[in-house]
Amino acid sequence: MLAKRIIPCLDVNAGRVVKGVNFLSLKDAGDPVEIARRYDEQGADELTFLDITASSDARDIILHVVEQVAEQVFIPLTVGGGVRAVEDVRRLLNAGADKVSMNTAAIKDPELVARASGKVGSQCIVVAIDAKRVEDRDGRPRWEVFTHGGRNPTGLDAVDWARRVEALGAGEILLTSMDRDGTKNGFDLALTRAVSDAVCIPVIASGGVGTLDHLVDGVLEGGADAVLAASIFHFGQHTVREAKERMRDRGIEVRL
Amino acid sequence: MTRVAIIDYGMGNLRSVAKAIEHVAPEAEVIVSSDAATVAGADRVVFPGQGAMPDCMRELDARGLRSAVLDAAASKPFLGICIGLQMLFRHSQEGDVPGLGVFDGDVLRFADPVDPVTGARLKVPHMGWNGVVQTRPHPLWQGIGDDERFYFVHSYYVQPQDPTLTSGRTSYGAPFTSAIARDNIFAVQFHPEKSAQAGLRLLQNFIGWTP
Repeated sequence: MLAKRIIPCLDVNAGRVVKGVNFLSLKDAGDPVEIARRYDEQGADELTFLDITASSDARDIILHVVEQVAEQVFIPLTVGGGVRAVEDVRRLLNAGADKVSMNTAAIKDPELVARASGKVGSQCIVVAIDAKRVEDRDGRPRWEVFTHGGRNPTGLDAVDWARRVEALGAGEILLTSMDRDGTKNGFDLALTRAVSDAVCIPVIASGGVGTLDHLVDGVLEGGADAVLAASIFHFGQHTVREAKERMRDRGIEVRL
Repeated sequence: MTRVAIIDYGMGNLRSVAKAIEHVAPEAEVIVSSDAATVAGADRVVFPGQGAMPDCMRELDARGLRSAVLDAAASKPFLGICIGLQMLFRHSQEGDVPGLGVFDGDVLRFADPVDPVTGARLKVPHMGWNGVVQTRPHPLWQGIGDDERFYFVHSYYVQPQDPTLTSGRTSYGAPFTSAIARDNIFAVQFHPEKSAQAGLRLLQNFIGWTP
């Protein structure tokens, strides 16, 4: 039976893994290659790197990071951040990424998803969706897609957008609740469920993990195919193995 | 020193396959090549593939590599990976194209798979870690546990005409052939280069394999 995946996420700034604390300061969390190896040894099913490097002249550093990691870690690697064109996708794949994640660029130019998946295959294209709960007239929950860390509304409905990128050729959706991201209060399970039920491609739940049971909830209640977390792993609160053991004990199929 | 050629026909990143083989066999010479003569001169051949099978077949022919692949498949240790497995068969539903026809059988799409226990709808592509039951012993399975998990990402699977071709089986809605073996050929639907220790072991076994 196909296992549910646990994916540690590493935010990379100019070649170092960092973790934002209360959205303000960035705390250094270590060397990407070293951290990637540690997660691999703990049994991580995949790794996701999000390049948050702001300065454009430091942007190619991520390619070297990916190259180094791919030489030593033999599990799937997803890389996102700053992907604007098919050429960016190709460069990341050639460096050793298995999948490339796009977010804002797909919103600005949805055909980019089609061009990229047509060129390199749907299996390589992940669309990241950052969603925020908004008021609906009849009181039912609805989520809007935001960009730039939740600052800019797009007017797109998250569920509709997920269906659209699937039709355009996305192979997977990385779904982050901007309401929950960084809160440690758990995933937005209603959002996860709504998107997961709406599409046939796998959905990765993200944003808000503070305990191992949150990961369990993402799968059992949210219907996620994979769960992504950062801080609970980075600072030694839990190992990936502990997370998998908890999931297994709650009846979820995992790779142990 | 064994010389391993990874056939490059422009579809997907072959660096991971090369790095994984170098990792388990530092003494091997690993060459990623689109040159038919280099493939012909290698001791072992890896035939990978990513993306859509019609594109793969077209690019293979555009580089004049068809006969080099067929010659290798007929003569030396040969490892097919993912689309590299699918292309060995007669025909694919994907784009309704013929394959290389080394084996009789078809490449079919997962048709609305559901979990046989819960009845839940299963997603396509089949993406992630799934178990491979070893339906018959083979040197490439050495040191790998039965039902060990490997990393898959695909929407189509092979259905060999001859059931004895199957060497590994995986369940996704229903059982499908996830590995085949015949003489000097071993081919897998999963990605050993992305399957952590189990995958590295399979690649190591391939480097040491004398069919």
